[in-house]
Amino acid sequence: MDIFLQQVLNGLTLGGIYSLVALGLTLVYGILHVPNFAHGAFYMVGAFVALKLMTGWEVNYWIAMIGAAGVVAVIGALSERLVFRPLRNHSGLHPMIAAIGLLLFLEAGAQALWGADFLRMPTPFSGIIEVAGITAPVQRLMIIAGAFTLMAALQIFLTRTVAGSTIVAMAQNRDGASLVGIDANRVAMLTFGISGALAAVAATLYAPINLVYPAMGHLVITKAFVIIILGGMGSVPGAIVGGLIIGFAESFGAYYISTDYKDIISFVLLVVILSLRPQGLFTNGAR
Amino acid sequence: MMKFLEGKFGWGLLLVAGLLFPFMAGNDYHLTVMSTAYIFAIATLGLNLITGYTGQFNLAHAGFMAVGAYTLGILTVDYEVSFWLAFLLAGVVTVLVGLPLGWVSLRLRGHYFSIFTLCVGTIMFLVIEKWESLTHGTVGIMGIPAPTAIGPLSFDTPVSIYYLVYFFLVFGVWMMRRIVDSLMGRTFMAIRNGDELAEALGVNLMRNKLMAFSLSVLYAGFAGALYAGFVRFLGPDLAGASHAFDMTMYMIIGGLGTVLGPLLGALMVPWLTQYLQALQEFRFLIFGPVLIFLVIFVPNGIVGTWVARRARQASDAALGKQAPAKDTAKKSDAAQKESARA
Repeated sequence: MDIFLQQVLNGLTLGGIYSLVALGLTLVYGILHVPNFAHGAFYMVGAFVALKLMTGWEVNYWIAMIGAAGVVAVIGALSERLVFRPLRNHSGLHPMIAAIGLLLFLEAGAQALWGADFLRMPTPFSGIIEVAGITAPVQRLMIIAGAFTLMAALQIFLTRTVAGSTIVAMAQNRDGASLVGIDANRVAMLTFGISGALAAVAATLYAPINLVYPAMGHLVITKAFVIIILGGMGSVPGAIVGGLIIGFAESFGAYYISTDYKDIISFVLLVVILSLRPQGLFTNGAR
Repeated sequence: MMKFLEGKFGWGLLLVAGLLFPFMAGNDYHLTVMSTAYIFAIATLGLNLITGYTGQFNLAHAGFMAVGAYTLGILTVDYEVSFWLAFLLAGVVTVLVGLPLGWVSLRLRGHYFSIFTLCVGTIMFLVIEKWESLTHGTVGIMGIPAPTAIGPLSFDTPVSIYYLVYFFLVFGVWMMRRIVDSLMGRTFMAIRNGDELAEALGVNLMRNKLMAFSLSVLYAGFAGALYAGFVRFLGPDLAGASHAFDMTMYMIIGGLGTVLGPLLGALMVPWLTQYLQALQEFRFLIFGPVLIFLVIFVPNGIVGTWVARRARQASDAALGKQAPAKDTAKKSDAAQKESARA
């Protein structure tokens, strides 16, 4: 039973991080209909910026997280402006290829600036809490609390504020949104900014129990894609539910099947689901 | 439209240049670089068939190359199968692995297809890394035998290996041009330009897409097997995303949907990288933005743009007036049409 609860805790941790990354991806997809392959690089840059702020400038963990979110938000907004906006009327292959160009550039840039080594991020929360037989590292609890707070905040932003509503409006109907005077360019940049900030926060939360290196985004981003296919591309609740499904599948799979193959579980899930429902699990009708 | 490239002159020149290369190369190092470039050119030709001609952006191509390479490596090293038998089997196994994946992935539209293949590439990488009893895990496979002699032809010097790889490249290009010019190739292009329309005209979408996918994967498999016989060492990195991205880059720089374009891209970029020695590791600092620039400003790539201009001039001359339709047709050629729906 303890082991079971331990896996629940792990599942929530992983799920929270995956959901945050997938949320950014799904927001951008909802607005621009581009699978942003560079999103994993945003995640990686976020981790590096936070780490460098903490080790180089000796900044507090939370300030480093905000700093990383800010930097990556700017990178995100800039990439919308410089890379994706000129391609808005090209469909299909071209934006995807441009996204890969961006990914390659950011990864090579990180490697040139910070080296290819595996780095460890310090954290102020190194303690362990023991409740009813489950040991819970404080960092993991922080991740869960942080991720779900941010998701709630995003939900409030999207539903209760004007800026958030413009994003939702544009995701629902682009032409309709421009008819009522919504500036598509501004909304797209805003969305990319938020998407980058979410990735950076996720990376800063997760990095202390993992490692920081230039290719760290690869697995996370592929999983985030699995999640948004599971949850329906462009759907916000879908990304959260999908993230939790994958998080739990992995933590239980690692325990009951094999640690070696835990990374493959989510992909196998995807293959099975797409063989049965090519349009994704929660999408109805053709997209 | 391909009249110019069909002109035997350009291809003949390339053919002769390739034959003479060992006499001009000066040292073995240049031969090695060129032979590696040829191997990746073969794989890129295959990638271009599914992506450039059929319009499905495949990100698992390096994975299929790795399947071919590992089949050869495992068969020759662990089971002591003779090189050429293992080589043939590498092609067979790659297609066998590709068929079910193709069946799943080709039912997916546009972005779903690309994301799915990205995941498939990652699975292949992880499986190669973790399935140690079969693939030797991260240690990799060492001591892969060199290609064994065929009759009087032995492949024990860099020059002879070069010609072997060159032979496969020439054969691959020749086959690809046959495929592209055949009814089947035209059908692939019809699918790229509008799959619903093609279906309405009686094209069996699934069968043709699966055909394109299998052929594409077959090129990757043989390229992988050649790679294994050439480098004689294999590690999981071969399946990694960076090789898939490399091939994408070759294809885009040269031009999607032409035979010559990806070929030139695959031959040109490694040399640029060689001359930017200091940049080796950071080559993507330059090539990343180049890729973005090309996609935005030269969406048809170098050869594609050239072909389009030739075609326009030719049709202008023939009609004696502007032919505006050509330009827009070309644009939708390169772009996939699912924008509105996906």
